Amino acid sequence: MAVVQNKKYSFALMLTWAFLVVWLLVAAFPFLWTLWGSFKVEGDFFSKADWARALTGELTQVETGGVFTGAGYEGAWIKEEFWKAALNTLIMSVCVVTVSLTLGTLGGYALSRSTYRYAFWLLLIALIFRAMPPITLVSGYLLPFYEWNLWGHLPTAIIVLVAINQPFTLWMLTSFFKNIPKDLDESAMVDGCTPFQAFRHVIIPVMWPGVITTGLFSFLLAYNDFAVTAMLLSKENQTMVPKIASFLGTTQTKGNVMFAVSSVVSVTAPLFVLVLFFQRQIVSGLTAGAVKG
Amino acid sequence: MKHKTFFWFMIPSLLAMLLFIAMPIVSVLIQSVYAPHEQVIVEVENCGPFGCETSTAVDQDATRELREAEPLGRFVGNDIYTDRNHLATSQVGAAWSSSTGIGDFISKLLNLPFYGALLFTLTYTAVVTPMALLFGFVIALAVNTLPKLLKGPMIFFSLLPMIVTPLIGALILFWMIDARGVLGSFIQWIANDPDLSLKASTPLTWAMLMVYGIWSSAPFAFVVYYAGLQTVPDDTLESAMIDGATPFERIRYVVLPHLLPLTTFMALIKIMDNFRVFEPIVSFNAAAHAQSLSYFIFNDLGGETQLLSSSAATSVLTIIGVSILLSPVLVRTWRDYGKS
Repeated sequence: MAVVQNKKYSFALMLTWAFLVVWLLVAAFPFLWTLWGSFKVEGDFFSKADWARALTGELTQVETGGVFTGAGYEGAWIKEEFWKAALNTLIMSVCVVTVSLTLGTLGGYALSRSTYRYAFWLLLIALIFRAMPPITLVSGYLLPFYEWNLWGHLPTAIIVLVAINQPFTLWMLTSFFKNIPKDLDESAMVDGCTPFQAFRHVIIPVMWPGVITTGLFSFLLAYNDFAVTAMLLSKENQTMVPKIASFLGTTQTKGNVMFAVSSVVSVTAPLFVLVLFFQRQIVSGLTAGAVKG
Repeated sequence: MKHKTFFWFMIPSLLAMLLFIAMPIVSVLIQSVYAPHEQVIVEVENCGPFGCETSTAVDQDATRELREAEPLGRFVGNDIYTDRNHLATSQVGAAWSSSTGIGDFISKLLNLPFYGALLFTLTYTAVVTPMALLFGFVIALAVNTLPKLLKGPMIFFSLLPMIVTPLIGALILFWMIDARGVLGSFIQWIANDPDLSLKASTPLTWAMLMVYGIWSSAPFAFVVYYAGLQTVPDDTLESAMIDGATPFERIRYVVLPHLLPLTTFMALIKIMDNFRVFEPIVSFNAAAHAQSLSYFIFNDLGGETQLLSSSAATSVLTIIGVSILLSPVLVRTWRDYGKS
């Protein structure tokens, strides 16, 4: 009897692992495929004759003399000035993360320590704000921004992204601060600290794990944004994601698709590194709100 | 915490949200009831040797003056809401009275751009949310059986579809599904139809977008369920086992009830995220077959002439839609708070 059951279980286990292999392929294969293909010419990556050419690179060999070519990267980064967009993205993400964490830690700390009803209402309003698609707000920005000449500049997009990011940051940090025992800052205030001093000397030293996790998600929001940056930035100030979208508009010219492919790989690479180093924090951040209820 | 201290701590964050979330909502509301000024037309009389004739011309100066004096435009009330591109009340009325049956009426309704976008958005939300949760749950159960050494790398690769920029994740899939790409060729080979193109058919485009949606949101469900699985109490599982429960029964009667609160939480987050579906439509270049509400707004804003009033009206309708979707949760949260 036990043997029969064992057999049944090991069959189920095999099935489970087969499923996992399939999922692994589904999750990771597209990235590897695109990475490999980005070093080929368009005729190979989009081959009419045979899909396997993207692997072997026959046309790449004919056109460039080697099996791999960096032509897509060269064209995107140098000819189309993708480096400028990368620089803009870097500036924007760093600023968005710094500013939204500064505002968010202050607000989140206050929300976690307040026992009044309005703190709850603020969090509820933040939840409603979090639910609104950012693009609905964009149509509200355009007219005032044109009027006041704010449209098109990087700082404008930064402050807008900070604001859109606030509801999420507040929720996340409030739940982190609630885990820091109240006694810590209360005893500091009993000893004569003002609330700001208590925050500065007692809370700030112990808040970093939560702040780093929240910062990761703020970074992802700024880095991945398309709706706001595409509508609010002028062509010179474009960040990477809208820049790639603009490559797509001009794909008719031969070779330009490969610009888009190579820049897609360039945008994905830093995210890979991010997940590699901060996997634990990302997982804990995703589950923070949920598992505690 | 005292009111005053609370206020000083909150003020920067509040100000940011007030200026860039609350005010734009007001701004959108106002814009949606104004339309751009029409050009000022003047009648000019040209008298020649064969008599006089009147013709009309655009008075450029007067037009510019009027537009500068009132940049918002002219007040039109709810005209924009009821026009053909939004709620299309008169078209809906006409379709209702001329339709032969309910099916005919619905197909007429879906030809109107706003209702088409609404239907796609709702279908996408209704299909992707439960599918992604289910898929994530199965992955979590499967990963939980793995030896410890393999779990880390598995989680790493599983996170990728979710972390990557939506526009870019969708593009990567789109290039593979292209008729000349690897998945496209594979599908042609399966279907035995060398001319099959997923991009050309509306149902296949919808399916493609939803597959992308599930691909990109299953990892979130997986991670949360996986964390939840670690908190399932061992003694309950053990006593179920002693009572003779099969693995399936253990999942059904012990694990699932334990994970139910997580499911509600994730469903809420995923409904909010899926309702704003937008980037994949840009990446898949699918606007001809599928438009979402967000894409509809983007399209109005991005054209040659920006249709600010039209996009504002769609935005207001979208915000109303979000509030309706969220209302059960809000009411529940409010009640729970009232109890405690």
